[in-house]
Amino acid sequence: MKLNAATTKNASLNIKHHSKGRIRYFLDNLELSMLVIPGILCFLIFNYVPMFGVIIAFKDYKNNLGILKSDWVGLKNFEFFFTSQDAWRITRNTLGYGIMFILLGIICSVTVALLLYEIKNKAAIKAYQTSMILPNFLSWVIVGYITYILLEPNLGLINQGIKFFGKEGINWYSETKYWPYILSVTNIWKTVGMGCIMYYAALLGTDAQLYEAATVDGANKLQQAIHISIPALIPLMTIMTILNVGNIIRGDFGLFYQISRDIGILYPATDIIDTYVYRGLRLGDNIGITAAVGLFQSAVGMVLVIMTNLIVRKISPENSLF
Amino acid sequence: MNKKKLTIGTILINSYFTIFSLCFLLPFLFVIAISFSNENYVMQHGYQLFPKQLDLAAYAYVFKNPQQILASYKVTILFSVGGTLLSMLVMTLMAYPLSRPDYRYRKQITFFMFFTMLFSGGLIPSYIWINRYLHLGNTIWVYILPYAVNAFHIIIIRTFFQGLPLSLVESAKIDGARELRVFFQIILPLSKPVLATIAMLTLLARWNDWNTALIYIKSKDLYSLQYLLQRTLMEAQFIKDMAQSSPVAGVTFDGVNTPLETIKFAMCIVAAGPMIVIFPFFQKYFARGLTVGAVKG
Repeated sequence: MKLNAATTKNASLNIKHHSKGRIRYFLDNLELSMLVIPGILCFLIFNYVPMFGVIIAFKDYKNNLGILKSDWVGLKNFEFFFTSQDAWRITRNTLGYGIMFILLGIICSVTVALLLYEIKNKAAIKAYQTSMILPNFLSWVIVGYITYILLEPNLGLINQGIKFFGKEGINWYSETKYWPYILSVTNIWKTVGMGCIMYYAALLGTDAQLYEAATVDGANKLQQAIHISIPALIPLMTIMTILNVGNIIRGDFGLFYQISRDIGILYPATDIIDTYVYRGLRLGDNIGITAAVGLFQSAVGMVLVIMTNLIVRKISPENSLF
Repeated sequence: MNKKKLTIGTILINSYFTIFSLCFLLPFLFVIAISFSNENYVMQHGYQLFPKQLDLAAYAYVFKNPQQILASYKVTILFSVGGTLLSMLVMTLMAYPLSRPDYRYRKQITFFMFFTMLFSGGLIPSYIWINRYLHLGNTIWVYILPYAVNAFHIIIIRTFFQGLPLSLVESAKIDGARELRVFFQIILPLSKPVLATIAMLTLLARWNDWNTALIYIKSKDLYSLQYLLQRTLMEAQFIKDMAQSSPVAGVTFDGVNTPLETIKFAMCIVAAGPMIVIFPFFQKYFARGLTVGAVKG
């Protein structure tokens, strides 16, 4: 009865809506439009105007002339960048680390989540989760303090350990070959907690009966993990991978800038597009070329996100962004 | 069933996780330990978890000149809290019409907003625009305004609003309430979970902001805490290197007495300690932020 009353009320509202005509409809929309305006202004000023600023990439930007008055140079900036050695180095580093972080992230997060699922003590789970989520609250500056404690050549913990075994300490901040490992471990350290919590939540959602049945059938924990848990996580793993691939060209500026302390000798192993662009801005002498690099990154990023989203929409529509 | 099975497996897994957790906790203990250590002892023996004697020299030095830290605290609290409040107001106001199926420009505005997630002008155009044309560089506003809206967060809030029954809005409007009143008195009070999650995410991002200062801020009074810490970490090192490599005659430099190494860590505790202790209490909001799925446009 109540339901019926509500529907009638709704219907009458609609009729009223129609009969009172366009004015009411217009006023409603006007009121709602007013609410949207502050947000639209923010997007316009801080997102859309800079988008038109990409014309700098096609200009020989001079600070005294400003954006509009600087000379057009066509594709010269792009030509200059793509024929330089930097182009290969920073693109390779950005993509290489991107791929490595996705793979390592999934492997570590899933492994930890599977292990955590085996623990039944609620208090213990809470304690482990809380400690591994801690780095998530830190800025890269603080993480930089921590890697510094480990790597400082004279006082650092790792060299203390090496020297304890009678070997020569390593000058971490001047040897490029260690940096792929250092950056990967640091990145995992900071992100594994959140990833683990996400996969753990997905595991909690799997049907407990499956495990009971498997136990009855005599499957051990490892077999259960391989045949029940991992298949249950595969959809989430797929989605996370594809979504991350969309962002593969966008590196984490903080990680690469703070942890390597912006040391020049390390650039072959630590320089990515984002740090390169920042340096270009700081030096300020090749703004046009730097803007071209930024545009290259944005454009590739957009193509990747659209492509990956198309794939997600095919596989699992409810996870697609658009 | 589980109680009886205190097997080797359980012990192994728990000891694994104990060690694993220590990997996350020990670094913090090291920072604390070093900040309380004696400078000379550290220089001789390296960083130690258990300092031989307690030494408060580093803290004494930090608190002797508290102006910079206080200024950074003031600025950081101001732009973090202010920025989060402004952000939440603008974003929720925008999300509400977009959640209404009867709003006429819903699709266009959603796309307008969503496109900013796909494409951006990049650092250089933003920098030139904000600094040269808007003149926001080296003001506190540069910490707030460019980050006021986040398309992804608006979509999450909008999706939550869509889950609220539309009949609430309709009946309120029949009773004569205007949209603004519906929004503040009906929609917002019902949306506390999503508001808390997004507010916590925004607050954390604002609080940890160091790169805005790196790019836009020149005067020391406006340094954010994280940027202050970055300068401390990098610059004390710089000063120490200078003192060691080339002691220039005639230049008075009290690098001998200043605990350059331990002071970095004392700064770290004073500047970052409080929030590192506070944030984990709100971890459920962050974990929830991960699982807000189904955010289709």
